[in-house]
Amino acid sequence: MARAASTQRKVTVTIVAWVVALIIFFPILWTILTSFKSEGDAIQIGKFFQTAWSIESYFEVQSRSDYFRHFANSVIISVGSTILALLFSIPAAWSMAFAPTSRTRDIMMWMLSTKMMPAVGVLVPIYLIFKTLGLLDNAWGLMIVLMLMNLPIVVWMLYTYFKEIPVDILEAARMDGATLGKELVYVLVPMAVPGIASTLLLNIILAWNEAFWTLNLTAANAAPLTAFIASYSSPEGLFWAKLSAASTLAIAPILVLGWISQKQLVRGLTFGAVK
Amino acid sequence: MGSIQLQHVNKSFGAHAVIPDASLEIKDGEFVVFVGPSGCGKSTLLRLIAGLEDTTSGQILLDGQDMTAAAPAKRQLAMVFQSYALYPHMTVAQNIGFPLKMAGMDKATIDAKVREAASVLNLTSYLDRRPRNLSGGQRQRVAIGRAIVREPKAFLFDEPLSNLDAALRVNMRLEISELHQQLKTTMVYVTHDQVEAMTMADRIVVLNAGNVEQFGTPMELYRTPANRFVAGFIGSPKMNFVDGAEAQKYGVASIGVRPEHFAVSTTSGTWKGTVGVAEHLGSDTFLHVNVDGLGLMTVRAEGEKQLHHGDVVWLTPDPSRIYRFDKDGRSVKAN
Repeated sequence: MARAASTQRKVTVTIVAWVVALIIFFPILWTILTSFKSEGDAIQIGKFFQTAWSIESYFEVQSRSDYFRHFANSVIISVGSTILALLFSIPAAWSMAFAPTSRTRDIMMWMLSTKMMPAVGVLVPIYLIFKTLGLLDNAWGLMIVLMLMNLPIVVWMLYTYFKEIPVDILEAARMDGATLGKELVYVLVPMAVPGIASTLLLNIILAWNEAFWTLNLTAANAAPLTAFIASYSSPEGLFWAKLSAASTLAIAPILVLGWISQKQLVRGLTFGAVK
Repeated sequence: MGSIQLQHVNKSFGAHAVIPDASLEIKDGEFVVFVGPSGCGKSTLLRLIAGLEDTTSGQILLDGQDMTAAAPAKRQLAMVFQSYALYPHMTVAQNIGFPLKMAGMDKATIDAKVREAASVLNLTSYLDRRPRNLSGGQRQRVAIGRAIVREPKAFLFDEPLSNLDAALRVNMRLEISELHQQLKTTMVYVTHDQVEAMTMADRIVVLNAGNVEQFGTPMELYRTPANRFVAGFIGSPKMNFVDGAEAQKYGVASIGVRPEHFAVSTTSGTWKGTVGVAEHLGSDTFLHVNVDGLGLMTVRAEGEKQLHHGDVVWLTPDPSRIYRFDKDGRSVKAN
């Protein structure tokens, strides 16, 4: 009896899980299917599946707005901002985890609180600063702004990973003659590699998908894939098949990266809570 | 050379003084043990010498040079931690060679020195392993290897044996003592185990609540403890104390008699009592005797004594071995 009940339970859980997964996946599936439709099929909302498969939209999208240039910009901006973020956050998280003062906790809460502010609130000042410094439509400018946006999360994640490293080992390195820099490079970072990898992956994904700043601060030169998608919405009318093809092309790389690194990501998303 | 001097060292966390005022002079080549109950500040004192904690006031001199503000890396001291603190991502060879790499030595020299240290510590066949694939004793050896390879001015040991099982602990104790004979380098060793202190030390520092109660050779502490705390802490089993009227007979507030300084008789003696528990170890017999009017006393009798629970015995303390303490616990010489 018990066995039958547990089998029934398993079947129920499996069905529910699939249903939930399909509901979440539905928009992506629809986008992918639409990208292979003709524009005529695409605008018929009642028609989920197409009458014929076509890859015409993909060719048109590439010829009209150069996918690969936008892809390269996305890679440069997301990877660049992540590397910058790590350069700043590793020393910051080290000091918070291993040399805290009575105010460390407050500083960490303050950092996190900046994430609660709507980004649009600082759009005008940042736009003007960027304009003055000549950073508009510049990959470096975007790297800096995305690094600043994600820094609180990166510092918090690294902090939780660093907290798991026994302080004895860092002290042993100090006794062995390691200076602060060498302690970080030879002992802390190698020991925290799994945590740093999860942080890195999550930050790349956040930066890849970021649309507010990338749309507002770029025009042509530094425009990443988010701008590439956006260029297919509105003014010229609705071209759903091409918009879908652009979206599919934009999410494909990050989907593949996420798929490959599932294990690290789950660890990253649980914020070091599960040891 | 490796002399260590502490001059009026104070360490406070907020208003709480962990070490109120410690002054010590450890000579070059000496094996000094810091011993005391847990929380007495012995590890803090060691960490102050290491530079892992900052002093609140006072000076720490190494070879006569003021090193109070120097970073741990600059003090040329090596430390062995209770948790071993090996680098888990490095092999045994890399662990041992790490201090040499930090000192900027070339690869060939590091390799030669690592091999030499490994052969001294019987680690040669484990050089390519990682710490997680080693037993507790082997890990401890790697930690010691990492310390000796750089020829420091002094070794600091922070309860290095407390994670090992009893048999291994005795072995490692001997190995560390032998190492000291070979290297003749200053060693400062922290433990809460007074047997480790007595067997290994040239001199022992007994600490209580951050204060140095006494600093002397093991036998000085055993024969002439400065106060009641030291008398009770050094020696196993513990010294028996008697207060009140019986102590008044000796003109002091309390007296103490070590378990091994009693004559035991079934017929006559000074104090009459009943055996509560008798522990027969073969070489010795430990008797826990309920002495009439004085309470429980531990007695150590040599050899196999045929005494059991409920037997009436007479205890006579060796008059030359009765310790006298005033009302503040300080030792008082017999008149």
